[in-house]
Amino acid sequence: MAVQELVSRALAHDVRAVSRLISIVEDRREGFEEVYASIYPHTGKAHVIGVTGPPGSGKSTFVDKMALEYRAAGRTVGVVAVDPTSPFSGGALLGDRLRMQRHALDEGVFIRSMGTRGRLGGLSTATSGAVDVLDAAGFDVVLIETVGVGQSEVEIASLADTVILIQVPGLGDDIQVIKAGIMEIGDVFVVNKKDRPGVERVVAEIKMALDLSAPGGHPEGGADRDADRRQWRPPILMTMAESGEGVAEVVEACAAHLEHLGGAGLMERRLRRARAETMEIVSQRIWRGLRERPDARQEAERLAAAIAERRIDPYSAAIDLYKLLISAESARG
Amino acid sequence: MDENRKIRVLVAKPGLDGHDRGAKVIARALRDAGMEVVYTGLRQTPEQIVAAAIQEDVDVVAMSILSGAHGHLFPRVTQLLKERGVDDVLVIGGGIIPDEDIPALKAAGVAEVFTPGTSTAETVKFIREHVKR
Repeated sequence: MAVQELVSRALAHDVRAVSRLISIVEDRREGFEEVYASIYPHTGKAHVIGVTGPPGSGKSTFVDKMALEYRAAGRTVGVVAVDPTSPFSGGALLGDRLRMQRHALDEGVFIRSMGTRGRLGGLSTATSGAVDVLDAAGFDVVLIETVGVGQSEVEIASLADTVILIQVPGLGDDIQVIKAGIMEIGDVFVVNKKDRPGVERVVAEIKMALDLSAPGGHPEGGADRDADRRQWRPPILMTMAESGEGVAEVVEACAAHLEHLGGAGLMERRLRRARAETMEIVSQRIWRGLRERPDARQEAERLAAAIAERRIDPYSAAIDLYKLLISAESARG
Repeated sequence: MDENRKIRVLVAKPGLDGHDRGAKVIARALRDAGMEVVYTGLRQTPEQIVAAAIQEDVDVVAMSILSGAHGHLFPRVTQLLKERGVDDVLVIGGGIIPDEDIPALKAAGVAEVFTPGTSTAETVKFIREHVKR
């Protein structure tokens, strides 16, 4: 089927077209740039919410219950669930859907599983593309479930409008919570499995970490992060995703966060995403040129030999190679 | 330029039997063969399986059944796929399935049926050779 027909069907909420477009974007099949160009003007309406946390913290179950809440309120939900791709076989066992199959027959919920396909950082390269397709197709809320993260998989922060960080009791001492990175990305904190011993301690530790980092305390986080934080104090909510207890409050907190962001804050977040994404695409193109173009590979080899023989230094060689790639790119248009 | 194309497989357990060891072994073998396996777990209706297959845009639907209800459930899945206009998905089945039932299943659109004793390598090979896109 022609790409344009798929796009117009997807915009009209046709499930198969939505699904196929995600595949085209995910596999970077012929014409995926065209897909992007056609859907992008229709994006930007969905509330994009990231759900992240350590493995086994209950993310899938939590996303399942969030979808239920949104459906009860009459809102449609797209879900992108990311699981790790095996670095050994390139295969993946995508099991998030296992906890979400109750929605299979609800046309108002679309669930897509993805492997990370070699990317670190908690998402796959195509996650943002899948989010955009679901957004363009008119889903009111898009939930992104990251892979189980540790301490530095913070990519979700540049993709989502609101980030939910799930913690559970029993994972470690308080120094885990204040290590760099992961704590800074949460807009809403959830302590799941609240029936477990140690839950108050986790809440107290998060509170303390937030106190320490509250007023403009993210030198690396950039000015926009600080601006968000100035008035927004991330709430800490306790839940039992298994029974659904407390999930409604999290949904409310997400709405409150979106409202807090307002027009300017949301624009700030989306600017951040746009910057990160554009840089990424540019660097991917350069990589692809290096990999696929015979002239570039030949030149790279020649330069490598020259570097090894000390006839040229690596930085000058890199600039030569870069110029070659750029000139050919602009010649191709 | 389909450099990133991977075979995607939905592994599902239709019907009511609660034994999914076989399905999990297959899921793992396919993963180790470089495929992306979406595992939907136990007690799925044909409707749920087909909806998941469409949303996940899989190349293959692999079902395992031990309860004896294959004669009803497998053809129901192929029929629903047809009704939704999906004609490029390979449907395969496995489990405790008597030899004499296999021709009818194949006639209903199940491409192959793998019974106990089949090596996972055989299943992998079959999928690689028969995916429709």
